[in-house]
Amino acid sequence: MYVAVKGGEAAIANAHALLADRRRGDRAVPALRIDQIVEQLGLAVDRAMGEGSLYDKELAALALVQARGDLIEAIFLVRAYRTTLPRFGYSQPIETGEMLIERRISATFKDLPGGQMLGPTFDYTHRLLDPSIVDGAVPEPVTREADTAQAPRVTDMLGRQGLMEPDGETDPDREVGDLTREPLDFPLDRDLRLQALARGDEGFLLALGYSTQRGYGRSHPFVGEIRIGEVDVEFDVPELGFTVNLGRVRVTECQMVNQFKGSAKVPPQFTRGYGLVFGQAERKAMAMSLVDRALRAREFGEDIVAPAQDEEFVISHSDNVQATGFVEHLKLPHYVDFQAELDLIRRMRADHDAAEMQEAAE
Amino acid sequence: MQTATSIDNAARKAALDALAAAPARALAEFWDRYADKPAHSKVRGPEVGLVMVRGRAGGGGAPFNLGEATVSRASVRIETGEVGHGYCLGRDLAKAEAIAVIDALWQQNADAIEAQIIAPLRALADAADQKRREESAATKVDFFTMVRGDN
Repeated sequence: MYVAVKGGEAAIANAHALLADRRRGDRAVPALRIDQIVEQLGLAVDRAMGEGSLYDKELAALALVQARGDLIEAIFLVRAYRTTLPRFGYSQPIETGEMLIERRISATFKDLPGGQMLGPTFDYTHRLLDPSIVDGAVPEPVTREADTAQAPRVTDMLGRQGLMEPDGETDPDREVGDLTREPLDFPLDRDLRLQALARGDEGFLLALGYSTQRGYGRSHPFVGEIRIGEVDVEFDVPELGFTVNLGRVRVTECQMVNQFKGSAKVPPQFTRGYGLVFGQAERKAMAMSLVDRALRAREFGEDIVAPAQDEEFVISHSDNVQATGFVEHLKLPHYVDFQAELDLIRRMRADHDAAEMQEAAE
Repeated sequence: MQTATSIDNAARKAALDALAAAPARALAEFWDRYADKPAHSKVRGPEVGLVMVRGRAGGGGAPFNLGEATVSRASVRIETGEVGHGYCLGRDLAKAEAIAVIDALWQQNADAIEAQIIAPLRALADAADQKRREESAATKVDFFTMVRGDN
């Protein structure tokens, strides 16, 4: 328990003024503009949007500046902002098969219809710091004639041969869970898990995904496909009586293909984990797909032996805004609590001393 | 069989899609150039809100809530009585209102709106998409197999 304590108003106001000063830094250095952050720190913006669970690049960029680059603080700011806005409704599910693809790779098939496109990747760079990027001129990217054919999702191709677990039937009458509307009630259905994972902390999910590779809930994963690009957001507008396309959002999708599951009725099939994240966020999408697959243990009748398979553990601790709130609240005044603890330890020590004196006397 | 209304709706949707997808600057440019702008009154908004964007498990399975996006919307009535609606991603009230006015005008004079605003916006969007496709295509991997010699 902590009780309200008065005092410190002037200290708080001055601390915030000092924060503003340090955030701005040396006035001789030009202040950052939002468009510079959107354009040049795009992946930080994407992460703030993804874990902030709000697609708006300018807002995420503003949050990053306001938070002095502290990502979790920025995510917190984005989450707080969204609570100030009304909800117009739910979009139609995005169609990742019709993405305007910027990157698409598969570790399982070399020759894919539509091909493998590396896109703007850090892969195969030498990871050597390059001071010349700061003011070096950048040439226009190379172009090449593009295929007009749509690139099908890799998992759909294997699915047609029956080798891959299908996406599953959709019950149109079933309400889609929304953790922003009602508190989580374990055990969860996969829709709520995917929502929680999509906004979950990248570091936490990365560590859990890594743990499955190291033997804690092994699932023999292969990247069936990663695709990054823009998809349309279709929204049913009641006053029009039809859907309109609100515009496009960039997403990263990862299809993780895992070892087999079969039964007396169904021959063995590859199983799958799924990752879908706002923005260009490949590491996060991969980690999400590993953890999604691990959390399907119950569904596949697998023994739950590892942390990554423990739904309540994973989902209860994946949200970095909740986590930071509870960890950081420890620094708020707990004077009364601590006073009680002090009284207790003094009494215990007095009892201890009394017992020792008694013993010495005997 | 397609009814007249469903054809109209499809064309109106296509126009609204092109308007929402357009960069604000391009839309403002073509709209500024449009000569006969009607007086209009606001029916609702313009206002900013959220749409929860959905994905599907596995890409094609049961829907789930991926995360929200900011959306601007506006409804207006132009002087000739048509009511128009504007929706677009982001927090751009002026853009949503312009879309709503253009949507109202479209119902009255679709040909002029298509020719002077929608078609040029679509051409810009197609060119931008094509450029992006070609940039991505340049990063396509051309696999080849090394043939091992006899000795």
